[in-house]
Amino acid sequence: MSLYQTQKLLYMLNKDTQLQSDFFAGKDAVLKDYKLSNEEINAIKKPDIGLLYVLGVNGQILMHYAAMCGFAWPEYIQAMRNALEEHGNVRSGLYVTTDGKGAI
Amino acid sequence: MSLVFAGVCSHAPGITGRTHMADPDDKTSFHTAFDDMRKELEASKPDALIVVGAEHFANFFMDNMPAYCIGMAEEYEGPIEDPEWLGIARTKAPGNPELSMRIIKRVLQEVDVAYAEEWKFDHGISVPLHFLTPRYDLDIIPININCQGPPLTPLHRAWAFGEALRKACDEVPERIAIIGTGGISHWPATPDSGKIDVDWDKEFLSQWTKCDKEAMLSYNDEEIWRDAGQGGFEIRTFIAISAATSGSSARVHYYRPIPIFAVGCTIGIVDLET
Repeated sequence: MSLYQTQKLLYMLNKDTQLQSDFFAGKDAVLKDYKLSNEEINAIKKPDIGLLYVLGVNGQILMHYAAMCGFAWPEYIQAMRNALEEHGNVRSGLYVTTDGKGAI
Repeated sequence: MSLVFAGVCSHAPGITGRTHMADPDDKTSFHTAFDDMRKELEASKPDALIVVGAEHFANFFMDNMPAYCIGMAEEYEGPIEDPEWLGIARTKAPGNPELSMRIIKRVLQEVDVAYAEEWKFDHGISVPLHFLTPRYDLDIIPININCQGPPLTPLHRAWAFGEALRKACDEVPERIAIIGTGGISHWPATPDSGKIDVDWDKEFLSQWTKCDKEAMLSYNDEEIWRDAGQGGFEIRTFIAISAATSGSSARVHYYRPIPIFAVGCTIGIVDLET
């Protein structure tokens, strides 16, 4: 359920510009509306894009949150690769990487 | 009337958003192929364009995920992504709710579909429209097949949906163009972004050009996920187009693996039987 909540928040941020503004003005006020673990809250707030990937957030949602947080495309890809090295493979959800090294 | 044009194309966001990182020949040749498709589409003089896409959590989420949804709006906004990130300015595309209504009612005779009077395009539709209807002056009817959040509709249901869609197109007087848009093998938005299995793609495209129903429906999602990545689930859009054009052969006008675009970039055109 917690991964679902994490993805729901990022999905809503991607599509709701007002929520985006509210979130970046004060993250805690938005986060309290979602049932998240402390690890998820910290990863979202930091933001730790790589850890969010390892926690199982769908990349089609995560890549937009990464862009919203200022990550250029290569930085986004590298953040996920670094996290796989640090935390091990994806824990839940659709993604289990083939080798964690990527293609480019 | 019936279908006047049918084809398939890729839609990955890098196609427009990461052009500055691409080999110039990759970018130019693929964009030119898209332009070729636009010319064939325009020559068919369609009244409306149905886009069978596989959106990526822009409108639909796991709180209420339809297997199939057809748009029924006056207009559609897009892209939902940051325009600078995607390389496409935010705009509006016209819809045709009355035509959508007739198509939906006919499709419902055979396949249960959801409908939506609000719909914001993401790159899954915005990228093809950027090339194919750059003036945004053609009525668009968007269709989504859930290819992102399992459980997914089985491939044989995607075929049945395509058949139902064809019957609906056959029964309206308008000249209908239809495209399916998705990736073949790819691992988009993951650390494996850029990985492309060219052999897998070519085998699938060979089946697609021959409209080989049995071969295309012989895949299963476990194999697709293992061999073609989670992006491979989007072959449902290609299969729907094959079903909608059953009996016609097709050609691959362009195929080239372009890792920075994260997909085997594809333009396919159906030679519709007249």
